Formats: sequence, structure tokens, C-alpha cells
Amino acid sequence: MRSLGRMLGFVLAAILGWRRSAQRHAEELEGIPPGGRDVDPRRRHVPADPRAELLVALLLLLTGACGVAVVVLLIVEVANGTQWLGLAFGLGFGALAAALIVAGKRVVPQELAVEERPKFTDPEAVNETVEMVREGGEGISRRGLLAGAAGVAAVGIGGALIAPAASLGPNVANRIDDTPWRRGTRVVDARGRAILAADVVQGTFVTGYAEGASVRDVGSPIVLVRLDPSVLRLPAGRPLAEWAPQGLLAYSKICTHAACAISLYRYPSFRATQPRPALVCPCHYSTFDPARGAKVIFGPAGRSLPQLPLAIDAATGELRANGGFSGSIGPAWLDVDRGGQ
Amino acid sequence: MTRAVPLALAIVCGALAIWDLAGKPPSAPAQAPPSAGGRVAVNGLVDSGRTLFQQTCSSCHGLDGRGRQGRGPSLIGAGAQAADFYLSTGRMPLADPSDAPVRTKPQFTHAQIRALTAYVATLGGPPIPRVDAAAGSIALGQESFAEHCAGCHQILGRGGIVVGGIAPPLQQATSTQVAEAVRIGPYLMPRFTRAQIGQHELNSLARYVGFTKSPDDLGGWSIGNIGPIPEGMVGWFLGLASLLVVAVLIGERVRR
Repeated sequence: MRSLGRMLGFVLAAILGWRRSAQRHAEELEGIPPGGRDVDPRRRHVPADPRAELLVALLLLLTGACGVAVVVLLIVEVANGTQWLGLAFGLGFGALAAALIVAGKRVVPQELAVEERPKFTDPEAVNETVEMVREGGEGISRRGLLAGAAGVAAVGIGGALIAPAASLGPNVANRIDDTPWRRGTRVVDARGRAILAADVVQGTFVTGYAEGASVRDVGSPIVLVRLDPSVLRLPAGRPLAEWAPQGLLAYSKICTHAACAISLYRYPSFRATQPRPALVCPCHYSTFDPARGAKVIFGPAGRSLPQLPLAIDAATGELRANGGFSGSIGPAWLDVDRGGQ
Repeated sequence: MTRAVPLALAIVCGALAIWDLAGKPPSAPAQAPPSAGGRVAVNGLVDSGRTLFQQTCSSCHGLDGRGRQGRGPSLIGAGAQAADFYLSTGRMPLADPSDAPVRTKPQFTHAQIRALTAYVATLGGPPIPRVDAAAGSIALGQESFAEHCAGCHQILGRGGIVVGGIAPPLQQATSTQVAEAVRIGPYLMPRFTRAQIGQHELNSLARYVGFTKSPDDLGGWSIGNIGPIPEGMVGWFLGLASLLVVAVLIGERVRR
């Protein structure tokens, strides 16, 4: 905290000192004696400054390039894409801000804008006004360049702002109901090795995937737990032999509230004095009871986790799906199939 | 002084404020006693352990360690690893059987813990797991911790909640206690089998948990190492202040 205080003090001193020196500097430039009379920025004369205009144009072009980079990064997957996106956005807006600052200080003519217009019917007065308005921009020598650069910046930033909208409404097609699980699909771990029934002992919590499916497919990941078959109270229509052989249970790992991964498993070491087993989502603590078909017992989720029926391969002991999920996977949305509640 | 210098200074300060969000955490004293390896089978030790057990543990776990209905679980098959873990972290004995066991100062001496552990080991169950943090890989440890532990314990092991329970901070845990907790799944924690977390991964986890006691904090301040909310507040207050400074610097006030 002391270093923080020192830093703030340093910054404050720097500002105060600099403002004073900057003011003196400006007054000297304009031939105003120290402690000068009039530093109204609207009265300051800023002559056309080609170098400043070039700088503004370059900054605007950089803005546009960064905007284009954002769009490209959103489309093309690269390593550390998020960091590059942040860099492109930050650099783009930084360049835009710098362009506006330089333009405001060094390019745009500053003048006092109080005009008296008694009446506009007088053609001479109209001409005068038109002339005056036209002259307003005369301090800028390379209008075309600046306008072009501003256009590039606008297109780039506009594209960068619009492109993420594509992420808002993904075409999920049928992935929510058409998951990679079929009767007989092998359950594998993240490295593609088959998960054996014996790997899932009581008190452990194993994540499985559908063999052959991309690990990025939201329909693929499941959580596997084993409970004592005598405590299971699955919903009607889910016979234990087909849905929970040996007390093995599989549920979609995607929370039905906001699609986070169910990655917490609460398992009591002594049932008599401790809370019952539960699958918990770390994002908003939606809590599901695996013994009762992953019914919601706490938290914001609106419906149960879809259950995947399981079968154990008699020869190898490998786990296989015994059909598709009991309901739609993923978060609640309008018209969601509320079956499996 | 030209105009550019202080402006650059202000921007640098602003950047620092946003960037500089980590630091030296309070160095947690590793107070838990190191538990020696699993070979404690001297008869005298078991006898004194049994006596101590019947005096201090039997009201819940029963005189013969078979547990009592609604009060405490059977310890048959719990093994030395569970006894050593619960006793050396002070989680047992509990004042009331319905309390959640939390880490406290151990209530027995090292010798008493060794005796009790030796006795519980005679009831059957796994020995104290062997773990060698120095042989582990800190990168693998972090990867494994992120996958298996961070959901409850938070990525730097500062603890958190699971519905109905509290996941403790891990800075006081010894490597052996980490290994024991992984294999036992104490209280509401799930347990992890050798198929899920092998010996090398266990070593690596222990090494990573040791690392979290004093993480690198490359940014400077630790801000408690508890995540984005305090870090965000610091970022907002310092970052926003810096932005205001920049706004003051680049703007001019009209004098009347």
C-alpha cells in the first residue's frame, strides 16, 4: 500500500508540475506575457500542419487495420487468439483515441464560434455565411487523405464491432438434441482411452466423452459417478439395468442453467451426518442429485441434467452408451424440451 | 519538461495500475507436523494407540472402531492414511459428530498421532501414501490441479465453497496431507483413484500445492490471490483514476 501511495503522489506531482509548465510554454509561443490574459482554446490559431495530418491519417489507418485484424482473428483460430484479439481491440481503440487527440489539437482550426445572424433573407448575408462555413475547413490541407483514412478506420472498427454478433446466435442446428451418443458408443477419456466400469468407484467423479467426437462438441462430455444401487430413485421409465448398471450413472456435463461444465462433485464420507452426494456447477452453484435423475436441489438451473443410459461391455468391462440422452442438453431456452425434469 | 513526457508517464502509470495485480502473499507458516512413512507397527505403539482410541474416539467410532449408528463411520478399511490425515490436520476429534471437520491445531502430540494411526492401521486399509513433491512437475501439477481441484479449492488453493460445505485453503497442507486427501476424499470431497491420478501426477499436485504457498505474483501485488473480484476493484479504482488523469492532461479548461 505504501508503494501505491507513493505512486499516486508521484502522478499528482507530475500533473501539477506539467500543467504549469505547459501553460507557460503555450503563453510563450503565443507571445503572451507570463500569467497571460487569454488562453481560450477557441481563439487559438492552428495553421494547417501537414505533418500532423499525416500522423492522423496513419493512426486512422492503423485503427482500420486493427479492426480488420479483429475480424480475421474471430474467423481464423490461432494460438492465444484471445490475447491477440484483446491486443487488436486495445491497439485499435488506442490509435483511434490518439488520432482524435492529435486531430483535435493540431489539425482542426480553433475559432470562436459566436455568429450573429439577424436575418437570412439578405442574399449577401447568405453568401457571407456560406463563405464563412466553407472557410471553416480551410486550415485542413489534405481533406481527401484524412477522409479516406477516417473511412478505413470506420470500416475496420465497424467490422470489428459487428463481427462478434455472429457469436450471439450460433446456428446450433440439431447439436442440442442430435448428440454424438448412439447405442453402443464407447465412453472414452480426454485422451481417447476407453473408460472401464471398474475405473468409476464410489466417491470418484470421472469425465467421459463420446468416442470419435470432438471434445469441443457440447453434446459429448458426460460425468460418470457410481452410487449404491439401493439409494437410486431414478424417474419412472428409467429401469436401473438399462440406465444405471451396477449403480453407474452418466449425466451430461453441460449445466442446464448457463452451460458451464459440471466440475464439482460432493460426496459425503459419512452419510448419517453429512449432505447427500451432489453434482455441482461451479459457476452459479446449481446442484443436482445424481441419485434422483440429477434433479435440481439448489441453484438457478431450471431442469435436470439429461441422463445417458449406460451398458457395461461384458467381455472388456468398457462403458458404452445404451442410447441417447434423456432430454436436450445445455442451458434452458425458449421451447426447451422439459422432458427429463 | 515537454508535454509528451508526463503524458507518457500517466499512461505508464495507468498501464501499471491495470497490470500490477499480484504480490507477496502473507507467508503462511507450514505448521502441520510431517508424518513419517507408513511403517509403524511396533506392538507397544498399537497397544497405546488402542487405549487412546478407546478414551478419545470410541464415543463416535465405537470401542472396536466399527462406528456407531448416526454418530461416526466405521474405520474398518479406513487405514493409516485416513487416521494420519484427520488427526494431523486437527480435523478429528470433532466436538459434535454433526460438525463439519475443519483444519485446526492438532489436538494430539506427534507420538499420540503415531500411536492412534498405528492402531487404526490394524483395522485394515491403505497405508499413508508415499509422495515426493520434488520429483513432480510443477506444470503438470498445475494442469492436474486445474482439472481436478480448482473447481472447489480455487486455482491458487485459497479455498472456496461447494454447496453444503467449505473447501479449505491448502497453504498449510503438507505434501503427505495433500496425497492423503486426494486418495481419501475427506468429508464432502470426492476421492481420486490411481487410474485418475497416478503417482507422478500426485507428486506434481503436491509440488504445485507447495508452490501456491508463495506464488510468483509476476504482476507485483497478490491482492490475496483470490481472483478477479478484488483484482477488478483494484483495476477499476487505479485504472479509472489513471484514465481521469489522462483526461485531465489532454483536455483544457476554457477560462472565463
